[in-house]
Amino acid sequence: MSENPKDTAVTLPAQSDGATLTKDAAPGETLLKVTGLQKHFPIKKGLLQRQVGAVHAVDGIDFEVRAGETLGVVGESGCGKSTMGRLITRLLEPTGGKVEFEGKDITHLGVSGMRPLRRDVQMIFQDPYSSLNPRHTIGTIVGAPFKLQGVEPEGGIKKEVQRLLSVVGLNPEHYNRYPHEFSGGQRQRIGIARALALNPKLVVADEPVSALDVSIQAQVVNLLDDLQQELGLTYVIIAHDLSVVRHVSDRIAVMYLGKIVELADRESLYRAPMHPYTKALMSAVPIPDPRRKNAKSERILLKGDVPSPISPPSGCRFHTRCWKATQICTTTEPKLVALKPGQQVACHHPENFEDQAPQDTVLLTMAKEAAELVADEVLAESAETSAAVAAEVAETTEAAEATETAGAEATETAEADVTPAAESQESTDK
Amino acid sequence: MTELSKTGAAVGEPTSASPAPNSFLEVRDLKVHFPTDDGLVKSVDGLSFKLEKGKTLGIVGESGSGKSVTSLGIMGLHTAGQYGKRKARISGEIWLDGTELLTADPDEVRKLRGRQMAMIFQDPLSALHPYYTIGQQIVEAYRIHHDVDKKTAKRRAVEMLDRVGIPQPDKRVDSYPHEFSGGMRQRAMIAMSLVNNPELLIADEPTTALDVTVQAQILDLIRDLQKEFGSAVIIITHDLGVVAELADDILVMYGGRCVERGPAEKVFYEPRHPYTWGLLGSMPRLDREQQERLIPVKGSPPSLINIPSGCAFNPRCPYADIPKDDVTRTVRPELTEVGGRHWAACHMTQEQRERIWTEEIAPKL
Repeated sequence: MSENPKDTAVTLPAQSDGATLTKDAAPGETLLKVTGLQKHFPIKKGLLQRQVGAVHAVDGIDFEVRAGETLGVVGESGCGKSTMGRLITRLLEPTGGKVEFEGKDITHLGVSGMRPLRRDVQMIFQDPYSSLNPRHTIGTIVGAPFKLQGVEPEGGIKKEVQRLLSVVGLNPEHYNRYPHEFSGGQRQRIGIARALALNPKLVVADEPVSALDVSIQAQVVNLLDDLQQELGLTYVIIAHDLSVVRHVSDRIAVMYLGKIVELADRESLYRAPMHPYTKALMSAVPIPDPRRKNAKSERILLKGDVPSPISPPSGCRFHTRCWKATQICTTTEPKLVALKPGQQVACHHPENFEDQAPQDTVLLTMAKEAAELVADEVLAESAETSAAVAAEVAETTEAAEATETAGAEATETAEADVTPAAESQESTDK
Repeated sequence: MTELSKTGAAVGEPTSASPAPNSFLEVRDLKVHFPTDDGLVKSVDGLSFKLEKGKTLGIVGESGSGKSVTSLGIMGLHTAGQYGKRKARISGEIWLDGTELLTADPDEVRKLRGRQMAMIFQDPLSALHPYYTIGQQIVEAYRIHHDVDKKTAKRRAVEMLDRVGIPQPDKRVDSYPHEFSGGMRQRAMIAMSLVNNPELLIADEPTTALDVTVQAQILDLIRDLQKEFGSAVIIITHDLGVVAELADDILVMYGGRCVERGPAEKVFYEPRHPYTWGLLGSMPRLDREQQERLIPVKGSPPSLINIPSGCAFNPRCPYADIPKDDVTRTVRPELTEVGGRHWAACHMTQEQRERIWTEEIAPKL
């Protein structure tokens, strides 16, 4: 990560031939910026194929990816995470919103407009069996990017492909073999070698390890890690496995029904998740520790299934399954706001933080049903931590006011929230 | 026959010498081999274990370690499907509640299948018939074993759907599988397999195709149902988290054989086989501080046609050179007891393994 991009260009001779369109972003600078991104797939019916509705796969998301970091994207199936990956690599045409890569708007670039950018943005696919052409040799597959982009690497394509194969831990002698001669883990390495061929800046990996066995999964995770260190790559890793995502990511976006509900640094997210959905998702992961087998009470069971993205619930999309939902959640959609530095949440009644809508204390009947599935200990604990955080926030704001009157504006809202926040937490508890 | 029985005889290991098992389920030296054009695939190559009623056994291993074939062998389904034409070879003994299944009359086994032993498959969409409603399929499963009219059977189906937590069961009983979501289908399949109150339930990767939140619901359901019905459960999975949640005992399979077996706590906290160490090291864990790096097992799982000689794990084992005289490459290690009800198959001495685990492996996990 710390590696200078220029050093990278030396280690990968492929780059030296292809003139870069845009200048390299220094580590920490915004590489990719997404605003209000939407993708609706039309549903057509009848003889005339009239549009009768749309699947709101991605429905207005904003995020940034900084150079050199790894952004993890998690969510259940159907939450739109894969669609998001295909939108930022422009394999799909966005319905609305904007995608900027290195400051350049690429939202509606055509095929020829995108071509030079394909060099900088590459993708690793989930299924190593269907993403490699069975009729091509490994040499052809990994060498294809050079031919398509018209890049002539130093020493010829063959030499460069063999170098790439050894970079990803494959035997360069296997140049003439076919995909079926390799195991799943090796195939995934081939996919990675192909993605790295043109020395991309951004690699979008859609479930890169979920089709692999546990022991192989660890090999590929380590490989992705090493490559990032050596080549200064930026990753967007889409996965459903929360433990894998925690292991690889610097920041994590949690998606639910086409929206980002929480976007935070890895540490903050796993230590103190703020969105109830994040909390439920994390508590659902089975812990490989038989001594905790009977600690079932820590688990938050969600009621039913994810609602249909064809007609997503009004207001907060999670309100149909949330045990904290109140009236405001059905009517007003919470905005994704940074409640703490480095932790953005879209929720009216966040966990581990002061309530954002303290005036609204009456739980919906749905929420009461959902709360029955949540152990009392969990509810009590969450009320406690929320109250504690609220008190802490109040203290710091008071202290800030005492010393510095200038900053009063910002703290006003926080101060007003403190007492009702604690009250509303208690009512939730009941 | 392997030498397995010799070492285990004194400590209650299954032996073929005493044909009166007192366990509910006892598998002795099970071998399932499939003849193919490329050679003999030894999917299961000498596996023995016991299971009592009300207990859960977790079988873990990577793809191709023989865990699914074991379950098919127990159910007597190993000859089904594509292997039908060229018959699978099965040997050993499977005792279920006093009946030996491999030598029993196939009709007899058919009566047991579904009634005394039932199975939950990994992919509910392909295990459920798309042309029949959920209700029809459950009714069929019930009426095969119970002489009741359709109405009673349907009432039973609704009752089961309700029990597994499907909302509005009286309406959903007439739905087709495609109208259900993944989690609901899995529930429907659980309802179907439990409709006859089986005493042995085999769940083959029951949650692999599901999301974590749904997985949590299903695991919870399996646990509750087991308590309620007191069945013996075999849960087959590659996810160590899932076995830790459910299993009392764990059996780790590699290359068609058991490499380690014991109570769940022992296998997680005092594992005595390098492959088990590898599995534990490859897994990123949510309940611990962030590891710097995962410790994967090098290489890939062996082909079951060409199982490495000696210890099947030797080409991937970082400690293969510790035992003298190259025994790891020439002699197959047998399961030996390393602690109470805890067995492992490794050539290293117990002291060596204990030292490596406590000094080298455990601190890095």
